[in-house]
Amino acid sequence: MTTESAAASLGPALSGRRRGILDRFGDRGLYLITLAAAIGSVVILGGLTYKVIDEASSAISSYGLGFLTTSNWDPVHEQFGAAQLLYGTAVSSFGALLLATPLSIAIALFLTELAPRGTRTPIATLVELLAGIPSVILGLWGILVLGPAMQSTIEPALHSALGWIPVIGSLFGGEYGIVGLFPAIVILTIMTVPIVSSLTREIFTTVPPTAKEGALALGGTRWEMIKTVVLPYSRPGIVAAVMLGLGRAVGEAIAVSQVIGGAPGIHANLFLPAQSAAGQIAAQYLGATGPATAALAYLAVILLLLSVVFNAMARILVRAVQQRASQT
Amino acid sequence: MPRSPGEAESAPRPPESQTMSGPPAGIEEMHATRHVRLEDLNAYYGSNHAVKDVNLSFEPGRVTAIIGPSGCGKSTMVRCVNRMHEEIPGARSDGHVLLDDVDLHASNVDVVSVRRLVGMVFQKPNPFPTMSISDNVASGLRFTGTPRGEISDRVESALEGAGLWNEVKDRLSSPGMGLSGGQQQRLCIARALAVEPDVLLMDEPCSALDPVATLKIEELIGQLKEKVTIAIVTHNMQQAGRVADTTAFMLDGELIEVGPTDKMFTTPDDDRTEQYVTGKFG
Repeated sequence: MTTESAAASLGPALSGRRRGILDRFGDRGLYLITLAAAIGSVVILGGLTYKVIDEASSAISSYGLGFLTTSNWDPVHEQFGAAQLLYGTAVSSFGALLLATPLSIAIALFLTELAPRGTRTPIATLVELLAGIPSVILGLWGILVLGPAMQSTIEPALHSALGWIPVIGSLFGGEYGIVGLFPAIVILTIMTVPIVSSLTREIFTTVPPTAKEGALALGGTRWEMIKTVVLPYSRPGIVAAVMLGLGRAVGEAIAVSQVIGGAPGIHANLFLPAQSAAGQIAAQYLGATGPATAALAYLAVILLLLSVVFNAMARILVRAVQQRASQT
Repeated sequence: MPRSPGEAESAPRPPESQTMSGPPAGIEEMHATRHVRLEDLNAYYGSNHAVKDVNLSFEPGRVTAIIGPSGCGKSTMVRCVNRMHEEIPGARSDGHVLLDDVDLHASNVDVVSVRRLVGMVFQKPNPFPTMSISDNVASGLRFTGTPRGEISDRVESALEGAGLWNEVKDRLSSPGMGLSGGQQQRLCIARALAVEPDVLLMDEPCSALDPVATLKIEELIGQLKEKVTIAIVTHNMQQAGRVADTTAFMLDGELIEVGPTDKMFTTPDDDRTEQYVTGKFG
């Protein structure tokens, strides 16, 4: 009897009707708003992919995979091939990573293992600020400062230092210019170093301190400790960081189109102008009509595919690193 | 870090290990000969005075145990011997740590050389995470530039010395992290022994291990004390009783009392030692 009467008197208090409308439906509203935001990003990605493929469909059906291996880009005669542009993208991106990877590892090692503790955070912040510079400003710097220096000093010096070596020497030919593949490589290096180095730095901080202590206590120098413990442990993570940097370099259009020269071509000499796929889209989309638009969309599909592949590979590697870190 | 100027001039380098001078003899041929003497040793973490004016000797052929409640400075004290203490940001020390007659804290002594003569085993087994069993043991040998041809013999000798050879001889190239906790700790002991140190410091080496694995390590300590001068930090008084010839008791950074283990556990001179060993605190 007593319990029933107690339940009867508590019923209204526990039904929630005494709470205000906002109070009662706040959680539900929050859920719906956040759900919409999450779904929105998925819908935009899906819609974007669909639209790009749709735009490209006529070019894909008429040129097929031959698009990747044909060279000329001739809107007047409606002949399109992406080989020169993909060459420009591949050389500028891989060249940039060839420079950015050792540089980034060096920065990350300095900041995690070697620099005086008080200076680590300020330097890391400055390196990351580099990532915040708008790419169009980097491109402008490339035209105004880097290009002339390349033409007058850096390229002639590289030519005389490396030009005589068989095979490799042909990369550093005897013609110099303000614009070209090499300035594009340098600009992309500056753009990827902050990303790759900050990711690498985070990976280095996950190395178990007990293992590092073990190497030092065994009579290892700092370099031997890095070589024995830090680098081997971080290897998959470094590869993931480089993949993400590659995704950034492949997709960069503005800064590259400012310094690469805008002249599609396949040639070993890095000092000559070229064009990248992203640069071509940025430079030509506005004036393009019909088949040219479809061909540019086809290029976009290729870039989209590349960035998905690089990101997926990076993610798989990061997951492997995290799983291993949770085991130790 | 304040050092001893007078000592520094007369003390060139740590003595060459007796086993380094001849052809590689292996763990079987090692003999404990070196004394370690701590003189007026102080250690700090920033403003925290963790070790206060400690004077203590580790004798060759005898195991010295350092006991005391958590935070009493016993680990810090042994980490001063191989100068791992100074790796911690804000940490410093003063006083002398003599290996025979050379001050390891003198300004002209090379810290890497110190650690090649004074090995260390840590609280938690710490095999190098990406390395195989044999590469773990070989890593110190690679630091010292041991000729490639000698490495596999010395790896075998070190694993035998650590009582692990028979358990791992058929899987030397499998990952060190795949071993059980006790095996990992013996792998770390093998790794330290491989470079044939004069002194072996053990910082609570069994605190992460089960009783059976603990017993194996304790038996191993009994075998190794003839080969290398051993100091062991332990929070486990029974363990000190089982393995140590000499026991030192520390409290709040001070060395309260040191003496033969039997005496320390039955008739210690200091009341605080008696209270600690009879379980009244800690």
